[in-house]
Amino acid sequence: MRGHILPLGFLRAGCSAVVRDLHGTKDLRQRLNNLGLLHGTKIDVVKNDAGSPLIISIGEGRLAIARAMALKIMVEEGS
Amino acid sequence: MEVLQKARKESKKIVLALAGNPNSGKTTVFNALTGARQHVGNWPGVTVEKKEGQFQSGEYTVQVVDLPGTYSLSAYAEDEAVARNYLLFQKPDVVVNIVDATNLERNLYLTVQLLELGANVVVALNMSDELGARQMEINVGELSRLLAVPVVPTVATRNQGMKELVAMALKAAGEKEILPLRLNYGEEMEKELAVLEKEILASPDLAEKYAPRWLAVKVLEGDEFILKELQRHQRLAPLLNRRHEAVKKLEAVWGEDMESLLADRRYGFIGGLAREVVIRRRSAEERLSISDKIDRVVTNRYLGIPIFLLAMWAMFQFTFKLGDPLIGWTEELFEWLGEVLGSLLAALGAGELISSLVGDGIIAGVGAVLVFIPPIFLLFFAISLLEDSGYMARAAYIVDRFMHALGLHGKSFIPLLIGFGCNTPAIMATRTLENKNDRIITILINPLMSCAARLPVYVLFAGAFFGARQGMVIFSLYLLGIVLAILMGVLFKRFLFKGESSHFVLELPPYRMPTLKSTLLHMWERGSAFVRKAGTIIVAVVILVWVLSSLPAGVEYASQESILGRIGSFVAPVFKPAGFGTWEAAAALIFGILAKEVVVGTLGVVYGMGEAGLSSAIAQHWTPLSAYAFMVMTLIYIPCIASIAAIKRETNSWGWMSFAVGYSLVLGWLMAVLVYQVGTLLGLG
Repeated sequence: MRGHILPLGFLRAGCSAVVRDLHGTKDLRQRLNNLGLLHGTKIDVVKNDAGSPLIISIGEGRLAIARAMALKIMVEEGS
Repeated sequence: MEVLQKARKESKKIVLALAGNPNSGKTTVFNALTGARQHVGNWPGVTVEKKEGQFQSGEYTVQVVDLPGTYSLSAYAEDEAVARNYLLFQKPDVVVNIVDATNLERNLYLTVQLLELGANVVVALNMSDELGARQMEINVGELSRLLAVPVVPTVATRNQGMKELVAMALKAAGEKEILPLRLNYGEEMEKELAVLEKEILASPDLAEKYAPRWLAVKVLEGDEFILKELQRHQRLAPLLNRRHEAVKKLEAVWGEDMESLLADRRYGFIGGLAREVVIRRRSAEERLSISDKIDRVVTNRYLGIPIFLLAMWAMFQFTFKLGDPLIGWTEELFEWLGEVLGSLLAALGAGELISSLVGDGIIAGVGAVLVFIPPIFLLFFAISLLEDSGYMARAAYIVDRFMHALGLHGKSFIPLLIGFGCNTPAIMATRTLENKNDRIITILINPLMSCAARLPVYVLFAGAFFGARQGMVIFSLYLLGIVLAILMGVLFKRFLFKGESSHFVLELPPYRMPTLKSTLLHMWERGSAFVRKAGTIIVAVVILVWVLSSLPAGVEYASQESILGRIGSFVAPVFKPAGFGTWEAAAALIFGILAKEVVVGTLGVVYGMGEAGLSSAIAQHWTPLSAYAFMVMTLIYIPCIASIAAIKRETNSWGWMSFAVGYSLVLGWLMAVLVYQVGTLLGLG
């Protein structure tokens, strides 16, 4: 079953998702790539509180990501 | 190149470069290898820190170069470019790549790029002791076979595996022929890469300077640094045209931009490799580590801020409760040193002039600065502890939303925090900020964080005038500094740096028990920067100020007739609207540029009082209102000389340095006048 494609920032804590598209400038995409966020990367949302950056997990690593940035990462919900 | 390498071999000197992600334990490995024999400087032309050290192993002298911690070698960020250019053009004998074993996939991204570049790599699989707790295992032999480089498991914090690592690196350094990794990028891309590589091989100068395959990949990737270099050669125009067409075609086929496509392939290779070598005995749900459990509490929406405030409170308590007695001892040490040197000079028959230069000038001046070493080192110890444990990254996360009020983000918090200890290392700590605008703003507002050196000025004036309320008065000054920093941050952001700021992305490393050795070393790195400043610039300025106080010949030291006194008298009228238009106050402020706490010592000299009688002298010459205005001025006006030097070095610009001096002087004067005039209107004068 294919889930909806939506910005990462909309997912609640505990959700899993797969990265489908990265918006934003070349520089921004490059930084996300370097941190291991690219097409097909599986991520889990560890924390998503209003007003704070998100915390996501990629494999064993944890990243804090600004909300504005998380809205430019399009993901498909579900694992 | 051949000849050079041969020469190196004969003198048994080996250059070993350390590469790795931030948080991979690279610094710990560097410290474990080199011990205390380190040299910290800057890479030429940029403000990225360069650390070098040395160690002896058998007949070899090994020079260790610590490359900046990076996630990739894309050359977008300054530190990545530094690392890459070093590897490309300095060609170290061996590159030890520190890989965090608990986060293998992400760390191998850099490894793959090192291998593609043709570096002579030895992988240190660090923190391999933490695999057990995560129910993970890594097949080291298989990893080594698949990457075709030696892999050594290490636990740098406990010095495990370091001997084997050194042995392996020395062995690898003897290897002659290094074949760069040829990653398979897939049929379509390989076709284009083959064509580009052929073109490159037809230009011998390029083929010699770069590994041809690597260059082909970078050309296809659209690496700006490489493209700019190639554009300089007219005859390479066909190559660049071919690239343009190839990129258009491939991007149309895959519907993605070229860089992402290539990054995808690299991660594809790494993913496949990780599946082969990593054995996980727990499912994803079970993998909620201890770190995550701690994070549930520490970054909790309601508990996060109280815990953060508690941590900050504990840090300042630690610094000042332990630091106060140490300040007293350091003061006594310098007094004693001054007396001993004074009598020694007298015994040697030195003239009064020399004795005065050494006693009043150098010892008193440098001593006044060095007195702050204990609290500064204690604060840095506490900060290093927070950083090494992993909490600092969480603190940056927690304050991120407040930092947005300044148009900055959470990462700027750490330099500002360090500013409460000393602005000089705080300004250097802005190096962790990727965005240049964020960095300059953080540097410019940093001196508004009231450092430890300003406290004695507050203590003197608040003690003389505000009695039981002095604690509140002092607190109000700290608060004023923070409020002004916010206002200035917003103003600079709006009018000087209109562009979009970088977004907050921060790795949250797993919590670790810090080791005493690494915490002490980190403390030393920050603190010694302050000491070095005290040793160089400050001595020069101290002598200058002493000369100004002693000339013209025959005048009483630091009296109104001395050049200093005359300058003070000349400047004094400027401060009349602020309520302290006396030559004494002006002279104290001029001295205070050297180091803010010198304001107190200067007042002692010009009023002809020891620090004991100073309080009553001040009570006679000042009013509570003018005293408060003077404290406000001391807080804000011109950063001390060490900070000014740090600003120049870190912004690499005389312009920003002058701006920092100018705006703070104007702001300080305006605020002092505002306080005095409004206070007078309210009848507080």
